[in-house]
Amino acid sequence: MKNIAFYLLAATLFIGCSTKDKKELQSFPITFKFTQNWDGSDFTVANFGQYNYTNQHGETLSVTKLRYLISKIVLTRTNGEKIEIPGYQLVDLSDASTLVFNPNFPILEGDFNKISFVYGFNEEDNQDGAYPDLNAANWNWPSQLGGGYHFMQFEGKYLDANDEPQPYAYHNGTAKVSEGVFEQNYVSFNFNKNFSINQAGEIEIKMNIAEWFKNPNTWDLNTFNVTLMPNYQAQKMMQENAATVFSIGEITIFYDE
Amino acid sequence: MKKIIVLCIVILSIYSCSKSSESSTNEEEYTPTPVNLEIPTIFQQFLPAPTIPANNPLTQEGIDLGRKLFYEPILSGDGTQACASCHIQINSFTDPRQFSVGIDGSVGTRNAMPIFNVAWSINQKFFWDGRAHSVENQALGPVENPIEMKNTWSNAVSSIQATQDYPDLFKKAFGSPNITKDFVVKAIAQFERTLISGNAPFDRYLMGDSDAVSQSVINGFNVFMDPERGDCFHCHGSDTNPLWTDNKFHNNGMDETFTDKGLGDITGDPLDFGKFKSPSLRNLAYTAPYMHDGRFATLEEVINHYSEGLVYSETIDPLMKFVAQGGVHLTLEEKIDLKAFLLSLSEDAFITNPNFQNPN
Repeated sequence: MKNIAFYLLAATLFIGCSTKDKKELQSFPITFKFTQNWDGSDFTVANFGQYNYTNQHGETLSVTKLRYLISKIVLTRTNGEKIEIPGYQLVDLSDASTLVFNPNFPILEGDFNKISFVYGFNEEDNQDGAYPDLNAANWNWPSQLGGGYHFMQFEGKYLDANDEPQPYAYHNGTAKVSEGVFEQNYVSFNFNKNFSINQAGEIEIKMNIAEWFKNPNTWDLNTFNVTLMPNYQAQKMMQENAATVFSIGEITIFYDE
Repeated sequence: MKKIIVLCIVILSIYSCSKSSESSTNEEEYTPTPVNLEIPTIFQQFLPAPTIPANNPLTQEGIDLGRKLFYEPILSGDGTQACASCHIQINSFTDPRQFSVGIDGSVGTRNAMPIFNVAWSINQKFFWDGRAHSVENQALGPVENPIEMKNTWSNAVSSIQATQDYPDLFKKAFGSPNITKDFVVKAIAQFERTLISGNAPFDRYLMGDSDAVSQSVINGFNVFMDPERGDCFHCHGSDTNPLWTDNKFHNNGMDETFTDKGLGDITGDPLDFGKFKSPSLRNLAYTAPYMHDGRFATLEEVINHYSEGLVYSETIDPLMKFVAQGGVHLTLEEKIDLKAFLLSLSEDAFITNPNFQNPN
C-alpha cells in the first residue's frame, strides 16, 4: 500500500513538473507593409506628377497612378511547414489604407526561413469576376484578353524626343497570344529569409519601380507606352522585368513595452 | 436641516433615475421596421454588399419619410423647390437642363448628377468634385447652397416642424418628433439608397438572356472593352463591374485650361485640376445633357469627343490616348455599335418605378 501511494505521488509530481515545463505556443498577428522606391529613394504618392525620374533607357518620366496586386503570401517554417496567408492585397499608392495588409490571421510562433508571394494572381485564383471588392475597384482584365484581373496599373507621362509629355500606361495581366489563346503572366517570388515570430510583427515587401524598366529588358517608352494590354511582347517583357522588382525589406517585431 | 437636505437629494436622485430609466424604456420600446434592400441579381453576383452606415440603418418609416422630404418644396428658401426639382425621376434623377436653376433664377455651373446605386459608391465621394463624403453629407449641401435652395437649415427645420404631419413621421422614423437637420438628411439618404438600377437589357444579357440585346449592342460592348478602340472600361466598369463606373476622378481631355477645377478645387492639389467623377453609364437614355457641365446634348457628341475631340492639358488621364490626333478615331460603324451598347444599360422600369414617385 505504501508503495502504491509512493508511486502515485511520484507520478503526480512528474506530470505536474512536465506540464509546467512545456511552454504553450502562442499565435501572433503579422501584417505586411508595402513600400516603393526608385533605385533606393523612397517613392510615395507625394512624388506623383514629378518629372524627377529617368528610366534605364533615358526617358524622363512622372508617375500619376500605381496600383498592383499581391496574393498567396506564404511563410515557411524551418521544418518545412508552409503557412499560407489568406487573402490578397490591392496596393494603391493614392490610398494609404492599402499600404498595409492585415490578414487577421495570427501565426503560431516559431522560426521561419522563407517568404513567398505571387505578383498578380496565379492561374487558379485569376478567375473572371470572382472577387467583389476587386470588381468594384474596377480591377478587371477584359475577357477578350484572357480575363481575370489586372496585376498592375502603372501610369504617368514621359518626355519624348521633343521634350513633349506623352502618356504611358504600363498595365500588366494575362498575355494574349492570339485570338482566344492566352498565357498566364503572373510571377512567383521566393525569398530566403531567416526570422522568428515571437511577438506581433510586420514584414515589409519592397517594390523598386525603376526595375520595371531595366532587367532584363531595357524599356523604351517611345516604343512601348500605351495600348500595352493586348501587346503580347510587352506583356511578356513586363513579366520578365518583374523578377527583380520585389524584395523583402525590414521585418519588424513589435515587442511589448 | 441637514437631514432635510439629504432627504431632498435622495428623493431627487430616485426621481431622476426613474425618469431616465423611463425614457430609455420608451426608446427601447420603439423600433421602426427594418428594411433590406432588394439587390439586383447581377449586383449580388459581382459586387460587395451595399454601404449602409451603422448610425442610419434602413427602415420603412425612414425611407417613406425620406421620399416625402425628397419631394418637399418647403425645404427651400421660398418654398418652391425640392430635391426632386432638379433630380427628376423620368431623367434618372438628373436635370434635363444643362445647368439647374435655383429658387431666385440663379443658374449653376454644373449639370445635376443622376442619383442611383449610391450605396455602391465605394469610396463614398459624391458630387462631380467629390466634396461630400457620404450620402447624408451630400444631402446637406443643396438646402443652404446660395444658387440652389437658398435656405438655412434652421429655417428649413422650423418649417418642417411647423407642419401638421411631419413631427409624427419623424417620430415613427427616428423615435422623436423633434426634427433636426441630422434626421432630415438621414431620411433623405435612406430614400436615395433605395434608388437602385440594375436590370437593364444588358444586365439581362449578362445573366443569360441572349435575346435581351441586339448584335449591334454586343459589337458595341466589344468596342467598349477593346484597349485599341473604345478602351472605356478603365473608367466605366465592365461585365464584371456592373456599376459601370470606377467612382474615381479623371481629366477626360475636354479643356486645355480650366475655369472649373473640379476635384482640384476641393483638394487644392494641382494634380487634381480638371478632374471630375466618372458617372455611371447606366440610364444614359434619360440623362442628357452629358459631362459635368452638360456641354454635350447627345451621346453622338460624347462618343465623338473621345474619338476625335480630346485636347491636352497637364492633368489629362494617360488613358486618353492619341491626344495629338484627338483620340482613337473610331469608325462610323463602331460609333453606332458603341451607342447601341450604351443605351442597352438604360432601364425603363427604374424611371417609372412607383416607389420612387412623389408621394405628396
